[in-house]
Amino acid sequence: MIKKSLIIGVLVALLLGGCAGQTPAASPPAAQELQVLTVMTHDSFAVSAELVQQFEAENSVKVNFIKGGDAGTTLNRLILTSLGGTPEADVFYGLDNTFLSRALEQDLLEAYDAPALAQIPAEFQLDPSHRALPVDYGDVCINYDKSWFQEHQLPVPKSLEDLTKPEYAGLLVVENPATSSPGLSFLLATIATFGEEGWQSYWQALKDNDVVIVSDWETAYYTNFSGSSGRGAQPMVVSYATSPAAELIYAETPLTEAPTASIVADGACWRQVEFAGILKGTQKRASAEKFIDFMLSQPFQEDVPLQMFVYPVLPAAKLPEAFVQASQVPQKPATLDPELIAQKREAWVQAWIELMLK
Amino acid sequence: MKHTGNKRVLRAGLLWLLPAAFLLIFFYQPLFAILRLAFSSTFDGGWQGASAAQVLKPLGFTLWQAVLSTLLTLLVGLPAAYLFTHYEFKGREGLRLLSLLPFILPTVVVAACFNTLLGPRGWLNLGLMALLNLSEPPIRMLQSLPAILLAHVFYNTAIIIRLVGSAWSRLDQKLVHAAQMLGASPWQAFREVTLPLLLPAITGASLLVFLFDFTSFGVVLMLGGPQFATLEVEIYTQALYMLNLRLAAVLSLVQLACTLLVAWLQSRASQPRYGKAAVSAERANLRTARSAGEKAFIAVMVILLVLLILTPLLSLITRSFVTLEAARGERGQIQTGFTLRYYQELFQNRTGSLFYVPPIIAVRNSLVYALLTVVIATILGMLGAYALNQPWKANRILEPFFMLPLGASAVTLGLGFLVAFRHPAWSSMPFPLLIPIAHALVALPIVVRTLLPALRGIPSSLRQAASTLGADEPRVFREVDLPLLLRPLLVSLVFAFTISLGEFGASSFLSSAQTPTIPVAIYRYISQPGALNYGQALAMSTLLLVVCGAGIFLIEKIRLPGEELY
Repeated sequence: MIKKSLIIGVLVALLLGGCAGQTPAASPPAAQELQVLTVMTHDSFAVSAELVQQFEAENSVKVNFIKGGDAGTTLNRLILTSLGGTPEADVFYGLDNTFLSRALEQDLLEAYDAPALAQIPAEFQLDPSHRALPVDYGDVCINYDKSWFQEHQLPVPKSLEDLTKPEYAGLLVVENPATSSPGLSFLLATIATFGEEGWQSYWQALKDNDVVIVSDWETAYYTNFSGSSGRGAQPMVVSYATSPAAELIYAETPLTEAPTASIVADGACWRQVEFAGILKGTQKRASAEKFIDFMLSQPFQEDVPLQMFVYPVLPAAKLPEAFVQASQVPQKPATLDPELIAQKREAWVQAWIELMLK
Repeated sequence: MKHTGNKRVLRAGLLWLLPAAFLLIFFYQPLFAILRLAFSSTFDGGWQGASAAQVLKPLGFTLWQAVLSTLLTLLVGLPAAYLFTHYEFKGREGLRLLSLLPFILPTVVVAACFNTLLGPRGWLNLGLMALLNLSEPPIRMLQSLPAILLAHVFYNTAIIIRLVGSAWSRLDQKLVHAAQMLGASPWQAFREVTLPLLLPAITGASLLVFLFDFTSFGVVLMLGGPQFATLEVEIYTQALYMLNLRLAAVLSLVQLACTLLVAWLQSRASQPRYGKAAVSAERANLRTARSAGEKAFIAVMVILLVLLILTPLLSLITRSFVTLEAARGERGQIQTGFTLRYYQELFQNRTGSLFYVPPIIAVRNSLVYALLTVVIATILGMLGAYALNQPWKANRILEPFFMLPLGASAVTLGLGFLVAFRHPAWSSMPFPLLIPIAHALVALPIVVRTLLPALRGIPSSLRQAASTLGADEPRVFREVDLPLLLRPLLVSLVFAFTISLGEFGASSFLSSAQTPTIPVAIYRYISQPGALNYGQALAMSTLLLVVCGAGIFLIEKIRLPGEELY
C-alpha cells in the first residue's frame, strides 16, 4: 500500500507541477541572465552548429529552435498560436513566396530595415514593407533519371508542353498540391506558364497522358522516381533543382557526375524565395534583429547551400563545388504575384482536385 | 446497506480521480480549446457551412475501409492468437515477438518496405519478370485500396494476437473438454463455450483495431495515394493547408461522435453474459501438435505470418546492409553488394549541422519518453480499469469516454495542445513532459482495454475466500489480483512502450528541435534526396526495430516470484 500511495503521490505532484508550470509567475528566475531567443522554422531547416554557437557566444543569448512541420504547416501553426497576442516564438524563418501574402495579411511580422538588405538583389525583395526579409531561394523543377533516358534513347522533354506528348506517357510523377509543398509549387508554375485560362486544359492533357499523382515528396522521390535509391517506375519527378547536387554529395560511392538532372527550360521551374521575419509582439526585439542580421551575414549565407540545398540571396556568398557542378539555375523561372496567389490558391487547389482526382 | 453503498460510490470516485483529471487536463481541455477557437468569430471569414458531400464522402470511405481492414485483421489475427496460445512449436516465441514490431514502424518506412517488396522494381516484381520473361511489372498494388488494407493488417494483427491471446491462454480448457464430453462437436464447443468467454476480449481488441484504422492517416496518404481521403486526411488538409479550421473542426466532431458510438456499442456487446469462469495458468493450454490436421494448421499459419509480417521487415533490414548503387546504369539487372556504410555514416555529422542526432542520443530520447509513457499509462490505466470494474451505474456511460483519445484527430488534438499549453515552460524543458503525456493518451485506452476483461474475469469468490482466510485488502490485491493480472499487465506495458517508441506526429510537433526521437531522425534522413540519406533512414529504422525488440523481450521476461508454481 505504501508503494501505491507513493506512486500516486508522485503522480499528483507531477500533475500539479505541470499545472503550476502554466502560470508564468511560478517559473523560477533563470540562474544566469541568458536570454532565450526562440526561432520557429520548418522541418527542412538546418545550420552548422558552429555558426549558431558563435552567434550565441557573441550576443549572450541561447537560441531555441522549434520545427513546426513543413512551410505551410509552420505558418498556419504560427497564425493559430498568435491569436492570443504573444507569439510562440521571436523569429520566424521559412516563409516562402506562396505563403507570403497570408503572413502579411495576418499581420504576423514586425518591419525591420536590416542593413544587409542593401546588398540583396531587388528581385528577391518581394515585401516592400520589409516585414519579410529574403534569406535564400531555390527552384522546384522536374528531375529526370539520366541513364533511363540514355537507355531508352528518348530525348529529354524540353518544355512543360513536351510532357503531354505520347512518348512521355506515364513517365512523370507529381505530388498532390493539397498535401505537398513542391506539388503546390509545380501547380503554380503551370498556372504562371499557361495562364488562368489555360492551366486546366494543360493538366487535362497531362492526365490523359497518364501522369502519376502521389501525396507527398517522399513517396514521389523514393517510391516512384527511378533515379533515386527507391528505383521506382517513373524517370521524371517534381523535385528541386538542387536534388542532383544532393544525389552527388550523398552518393554511396563517390560519383563523378550526378545520376539525375533538372529540366530548367523557361517557365518550367517555380522559384521559391524563403523569408525570415521578426514576430509581432516579441519581448526580445534587439536579439531578434541580431539573429536576422546573422542570417543575412556572409558566413550563414555560405552555410545555407550544403545545409538546406538552397541558394543564398547574398551575391557575395561563395557556392560549394557540388552546386557549381550538378545544380542548374533556371534562367527564367516561373513566378506569380504573391497577392494573386493569396487570393486564388485555395480555389486553384480545389479546382485541381476536382480535375485530377475525381 | 446504505452505508456500504455510499462507500462504494466513494471508492469508485477515488479510483476515478486521477485518470479523470489526466484526461480532463490533457485531452478534453486542449480539444475544447481548439474547437472553441475554430467556432469563434476569428474563423468566420468566408464560412458557408459544410456541404453534405464534404462530410459524407470522407466519412463513408473512412468507415468502409476501417470495417474492411478490421475484418481482415480478425481473419488473420484470431487463428494466429489460437496458434500462439495452443501450440508449442519451434520459433514460437520469436515469431510472437516479431509480430509486434510492425506496430512501431513509421509509415514512411513501411511505404519504403512495401516498395522494396511489392513496388514496380521490388523483389517480387523483378523475380516474376525474370521468371515469366515479362517486360512490365505484373503486380501493381501500391497506391490502391488493397495496399491500404494490407498495411492495416500488417500494422494491427499484433493487437488481436496479444489482446485476444492474453484471454485465450488463460481460458480454462476444462470447460471446453467438459462440453465435448457432453457430446458437443469441437465447433459447437467453440461457439457455445469459448466464443462467449472470449467475446469481451475479441470485441475490445476489434474496437482498438477499428479505431486505429478509422483514424488512419499516413497509410492512406502514402500507400493509398491522393485519390483516397479518410476523415483524418481531410482534417489535415483543411486545417493545415487550406486553413479552413471550421471545416476541420466539423470533421473532427463527426470523427469523435463515431468513436463514441462505436465504443458505446462495444461496451454493450462485451458485457459478460455468462458467469465468470475460472482461469488456468499461463502456459497450461500449450501443447505440441498431434494430428496431421493440427500440423497443417501450424504450417499454414506460420507461413502466412512470415509472409505478412516477416518479409517486409526482412526486406527493410536487408536493404539497410545492401548497396544497389552499382546497378544504377543498368536498370534491368540488380547487382548487390554488402555494406556497413549506412551504419557508419549514422555516427558522422558530415555537414556539422546543429540538428545532427547521434544515434545514441536518439535512442536515449526515445527510451526516456517510452519509459515515462509506460509509467503514466500503466498507473492511470490500472486505476481506470479498477474504477470501471466497480459496480457503479455511471461507469456504463463513462467507459466510452476512456476510448475517445484513440478516435480523436491527431491534427486537431495537436493544434489543441499548442493553443492550450502555450507557456514556453512546456516546450523548453530538456525532456518536454508533453510528449510522454501525448503518448500516454494513446496508450491509456489500450491499457484499460487489456486490463478490464481480465479484471472482470477474476471470480469474486477468490477474493472473498482470501478475505475470509484473513487477508487484508492490500494483501488480496497482491496475492489474488496481481498474479492474475500480471500477463495482461505485461501486454499493456508492451503496447505502451511500442506506441511511444514508434510515435512520430506528437514527437515532432511538441518537442523542441534538439531532442528528436528515433522516428523523427528517420524522417530527417528520408526527407532529403541522396542514396546515403535513404540508406541511413533504413539503418535507423533497423535500429528502431532492434531497440523495440529488445525492450519487448525484457518486459516479457518479468516474472512474479513463485509465478511458475501458480
